[in-house]
Amino acid sequence: MMNFIFRRLLAMLLTIWVIATLTFILMHAIPGSPFNSHNGKQLNETVQKNMEMHYNLDKPLPIQYLIYMKSVATFNYGPSIKHPNDTVNSLISDGFPVSFELGMITLIVAIISGLILGVLAALKANHFIDYVAMTIAVLGISIPNFVLASLLIQEFSVNLGWLPPSMWTSWKSEVLPTIALATGPMAIIARLIRTSMIEVLTQDYIRTARSKGLSPFLIVMKHALKNALLPVITLLGTLAAGILTGTFVIEKIFAIPGMGKYFVDSINSRDYPVIMGTTVFYSSILIVLLFIVDMAYGWLDPRIKLHKKEVS
Amino acid sequence: MSAMRIDEVPSTNEIKDEWFKKRNVENSDVEDITRPSLSYWKGAWYRLLQNKLAMFGLIFIILLAIMAILGPVMSKYSVSYQSLQEQNLSPSMKHWFGTDDLGRDVFTRTWYGARISLTVGLLAALVDLFIGVIYGGISGYKGGTVDSVLMRIIEILYGLPYLLVVILMMVVMGPGLFTVIVALTITGWTGMARIVRGQVLQLKNYEFVLASRSFGSPTLRIVKKDLIPNTIGQIIVQMTLTVPSAIFAEAFLSFLGLGIQAPFASWGTMANDSLSAILTGYWWQLFFPAFFISMTMFAFNVLGDGLQHALDPKLRR
Repeated sequence: MMNFIFRRLLAMLLTIWVIATLTFILMHAIPGSPFNSHNGKQLNETVQKNMEMHYNLDKPLPIQYLIYMKSVATFNYGPSIKHPNDTVNSLISDGFPVSFELGMITLIVAIISGLILGVLAALKANHFIDYVAMTIAVLGISIPNFVLASLLIQEFSVNLGWLPPSMWTSWKSEVLPTIALATGPMAIIARLIRTSMIEVLTQDYIRTARSKGLSPFLIVMKHALKNALLPVITLLGTLAAGILTGTFVIEKIFAIPGMGKYFVDSINSRDYPVIMGTTVFYSSILIVLLFIVDMAYGWLDPRIKLHKKEVS
Repeated sequence: MSAMRIDEVPSTNEIKDEWFKKRNVENSDVEDITRPSLSYWKGAWYRLLQNKLAMFGLIFIILLAIMAILGPVMSKYSVSYQSLQEQNLSPSMKHWFGTDDLGRDVFTRTWYGARISLTVGLLAALVDLFIGVIYGGISGYKGGTVDSVLMRIIEILYGLPYLLVVILMMVVMGPGLFTVIVALTITGWTGMARIVRGQVLQLKNYEFVLASRSFGSPTLRIVKKDLIPNTIGQIIVQMTLTVPSAIFAEAFLSFLGLGIQAPFASWGTMANDSLSAILTGYWWQLFFPAFFISMTMFAFNVLGDGLQHALDPKLRR
């Protein structure tokens, strides 16, 4: 077991290193420098030289790479080029809590509502409720989150005036972004739960539970759900990734001051330190999440032996 | 087959005639096979035809493809045609889907967007097929060290956040249709490779492959005749499900301003341009791209689901 964790940790570091290096190479393959146009004006040549010196952009690439690797290792990316008063770290610490809050609420809402839909559909398989639940699920997968967000604003903010269309100030402003972001993952979870639940319900131990007189509710809650949840847990990593990237677009539509906004802005303005910092930060979070999910999976399902080589 | 309770079983071992009833069958059709024997593909097609939702998806996709080809040709206006006198017109005989804030014809742009979406979806699926099948096939068939190395590479790629790579590619290569496709395929093929590898790994130990090998078939023949035909169902399903995710990714990127650039139209850029339409009340500017992108993804998803059920012999009813 320890051996397995160690190997996984090593692989995680390797992955982060690959991502960091890839980001570096890609960044420097882009034609143009961040100083090409400063607020639309061409910079004086000496000023540009000095600027490049300040950000170490005048050094040969291998040296820049080493400096960059050091900043990755110490998690200190220095100031942003476009907003010299902010460091990359301060941008992350400003934006991330907001994005994280949005992401976590979304994940919780998606899991709970997906569970309810999926279980209902499985219990009433091939009946009316099943068809309704699965139609909602397929629609949820099919409607892109940015389309849903626009529809929600149209209906609940403009037409009905119940909820604010933007910003991130009160709980009211969190409702629409959460729904827009949670619908896709909810639909995926619901479909997955339905399939695995239907399979679990045919197992012998469910029949045993039924024959010893347990109420249907208890059977579902205590016996079936626990096992039907396993496939959902494997998918959590991917879902989290989807929600994370989904925040880019949702934050843009609802004008939420999260990290996604900085990330997209930094790409458009070639703000190297911010791009590198946010990319490595995002990937690290995802990789750690995948790792936790794997560990949780092995812990929840004793049939899976992590230290053995995976077959198939 | 009527089950007899134990206390009803006669004590003697004698078998009486009245226990049996003569079945009223004519001798001639006893040997007949009641259902026509169906080949795998015919059976799958038959099951797909039964699935109304999947058929709806298929028909919608065919109609969409026809309109994607004919729509921009049918229209009097070009994609980039602007007319400042005709801003924000509601749908009418002249502009069937209305016009946008620059006086561009939404009808033309919608079908142009369909072209982009279908191209992106199909190319992404084809590249997935090409790289994924070869990579997964080699990994599964060779096994051992080759397999572990190839799978470690996939694991690292899987750890890469998909859209981050796509966005970074956009930054390097500049936005545009080609970049979208390249970026989507760089990370997109791993799912296909995993599926093919899993299948091949399992199949190569089956008796019929062993038999084929003991007859001295070369590897290429085994792969072509034994392995690929038995994996093709899953490959097709995976391809059908790749299409909507590629279409979504393109719209997502275009929506963020990182995909298709003006004057060309994609459903994502159209939705982005018309976000303000929510406040101004020009609903058609947002409705048509939003409707068609959702319907297209819906159609591919239900078709993929239907194919999965039709092609998987285990799910046969």
